[in-house]
Amino acid sequence: MAYTEEELKKELETKEYEYGFYTDLKSDTLPKGLNEDIVVAISKKKNEPQWMTDWRIDAFRAWQEMEEPEWANVHYEKPDFQAISYYSAPKKADPNKTLNDVDPELLEMYRKLGISVDEQKKLQNVAVDIVVDSVSVATTFQKTLAEKGIIFMPISEAIQKHPDLVKKYMGTIVPKKDNFYAALNSAVFTDGSFCYIPKGVRCPMELSTYFRINEGGTGQFERTLVVADKGSYVSYLEGCTAPSRDENQLHAAVVELIALDDAEIKYSTVQNWYPGNKEGKGGVYNFVTKRGLCENNAKISWTQVETGSAVTWKYPSCILKGDNSIGEFYSIAVTNNYQQADTGTKMVHLGKNTRSTIISKGISAGKSQNSYRGLVQINSRAENARNFSQCDSLLMGNECGAHTFPYIEVKNKTAQIEHEATTSKIGEDQIFYCNQRGIETEKAIALIVNGFSKEVLNKLPMEFAVEAQKLLEISLEGSVG
Amino acid sequence: MLKINDLHASVDDKEILRGINLTVNAGEVHAIMGPNGSGKSTLASVIAGKEEFEVTKGSVELDGEDLEDDAPEERAHKGIFLSFQYPVEIPGVSVTNFMKTAINESRKARGLEDMPANEMLKLIREKSELLEIDRKFLSRSLNEGFSGGEKKRNEIFQMAMLEPKLAILDETDSGLDIDALRIVANGVNKLKSKDNAVIVITHYQRLLEHIVPDFVHVLHNGKIVKSGGKELAHELEEKGYDWLKQEQAV
Ligand SMILES: Nc1ncnc2c1ncn2[C@@H]1O[C@H](COP(=O)(O)OP(=O)(O)O)[C@@H](O)[C@H]1O
Ligand SMILES: [Mg+2]
Repeated sequence: MAYTEEELKKELETKEYEYGFYTDLKSDTLPKGLNEDIVVAISKKKNEPQWMTDWRIDAFRAWQEMEEPEWANVHYEKPDFQAISYYSAPKKADPNKTLNDVDPELLEMYRKLGISVDEQKKLQNVAVDIVVDSVSVATTFQKTLAEKGIIFMPISEAIQKHPDLVKKYMGTIVPKKDNFYAALNSAVFTDGSFCYIPKGVRCPMELSTYFRINEGGTGQFERTLVVADKGSYVSYLEGCTAPSRDENQLHAAVVELIALDDAEIKYSTVQNWYPGNKEGKGGVYNFVTKRGLCENNAKISWTQVETGSAVTWKYPSCILKGDNSIGEFYSIAVTNNYQQADTGTKMVHLGKNTRSTIISKGISAGKSQNSYRGLVQINSRAENARNFSQCDSLLMGNECGAHTFPYIEVKNKTAQIEHEATTSKIGEDQIFYCNQRGIETEKAIALIVNGFSKEVLNKLPMEFAVEAQKLLEISLEGSVG
Repeated sequence: MLKINDLHASVDDKEILRGINLTVNAGEVHAIMGPNGSGKSTLASVIAGKEEFEVTKGSVELDGEDLEDDAPEERAHKGIFLSFQYPVEIPGVSVTNFMKTAINESRKARGLEDMPANEMLKLIREKSELLEIDRKFLSRSLNEGFSGGEKKRNEIFQMAMLEPKLAILDETDSGLDIDALRIVANGVNKLKSKDNAVIVITHYQRLLEHIVPDFVHVLHNGKIVKSGGKELAHELEEKGYDWLKQEQAV
């Protein structure tokens, strides 16, 4: 890459996010616990058609028969599923609360991330006195999308307004009974996003769930479905760099992507759920099922920056069904203190000339454990399939762990598979070199980590990348003595 | 500017510097020569504040202030620059990004805002021209896959960008071919002024023909065993260090 003045300028500026939408749910909370009545009640509250209710019940029944998976390299106390409330109304702004009531440490973090005071208030359910721009922005945004025939709305709304599309695709990529957490999500999902890009349409902006998650706190059992019809393109941003202190300990999201012939979906995530405190108390368990299907000549790219959660269990995958289809996975996973992450991808090559690329960057600090788990599967009919995998681990200190579990299954002799792995440690000499140039140690670590993660950061949309860089910096604060 | 008093330093209880005295005034160029392992790089590291080395006795003062309690980055902010004998690699961090961070961190320490992008661009352009560095080079990862000579030239580019008060060049000449040596030396000379000072650590007379020292010191076994004018460098080039070692032994 030639380094032009333009690029340097870009590097020096920050931009706001693109826009999303709100959901306004008015409802109370259901009692704790999970049984078929609760599942039906959730469906009722959302005024769902019968087929959706049946779908949920079917998932619930399957879930009851399933065992919580144990194979991941993570250790935690199993959640008590009867102690969770599966439906609660979004928190409303408390008229008596001010920013003075908010944990100053959290506010300091917001300040470092450059989050506006209004946004801080929203994040902390503090009433916003000025009408936030994003409402009007979101409206204009919806208009532009509507003109192109793009559907982008809460999945609950899509179930009402576009039942045929939802019915046709939901659960086709991640079946209700796929795994323990996917089944749970299928039974109790509260909301999420639905996106449909019509044939040949290039979505003119990044679609984002940013605002909605802040507002609704619906992150717990999210369900996302993105359908890119033939020849279309969409870039979708999920998550938010602002640290969320959701009290819900268990998060089990499902994301399904469908890229029909010649379509392309770019799905970028920044995950920053509460990782627990320095002693490893609290924090979110994040058990996510993400999978995409590529038809002929289609392409799906997953890019993720994972810095939050106490326990992460997440493998965004691609089923390369169509000939010449492409799957990509770019990941940065940071663990600090007592965090545990077991993350990676599955690339299932079914079609001819299918290609996949996996770039995984794991950064471990403190007493954390960071595992990459990946499967590259070349099926017998997948002539000339190619995969390139690169898994790099960066360690800070002597008390953390980095692990790589690459699984490769090849059933076709024409396959070409390359796997590279490196492990390195941030050296004292590197730090001293930076110090000598006037860069203090924490900043030096951030710089080294950003450099290490660059190939993945480069895949993120510009405005997200800037935020993600700052996030990496903050996540590793205090990781050196 | 720099005053070193009876400096003793050790690593893992092994004493490496055994009572160094050195005064460097603004506007001066000092050369430090001496056989391998005599402690030249250690002296440079101790001045720069590398914590690995323990100062057991004596002091290092900059402009009359004892540096003892200053972290390496604080010393850098005060204007100390070290051109490393073995520059380290930082994969994925471009030379430009590294310099941008270094400059802005130093500015922050002085209570200044980040340098505006256009000013930064101007500075980069000016200094890369001075050292005849291809702009493409600046987008490469810091020191990763650089040749020995490229690394050294890049060190001096960084020095030019940071405009230090006291620059210590640790064997900057090794790895440079004749043309590169001339470019680098020319760069150093252009940056010299009555307000700053340079300490050149080298084995060879070669560099000192271009960067002419006011004083030459010979380090042996952790001590300065001889000091003189630039002619001392010639003498060393001719006779080697053995005669000095013998002189010492007596
Ligand atoms: N980190 C270290 N640990 C142990 N010994 C060291 C260390 N650094 C330098 N030394 C020793 O100190 C002596 C001086 O080294 P150095 O300052 O690099 O010499 P010079 O630069 O003059 O060649 C050598 O004997 C070297 O082995
Ligand atoms: Mg040396």
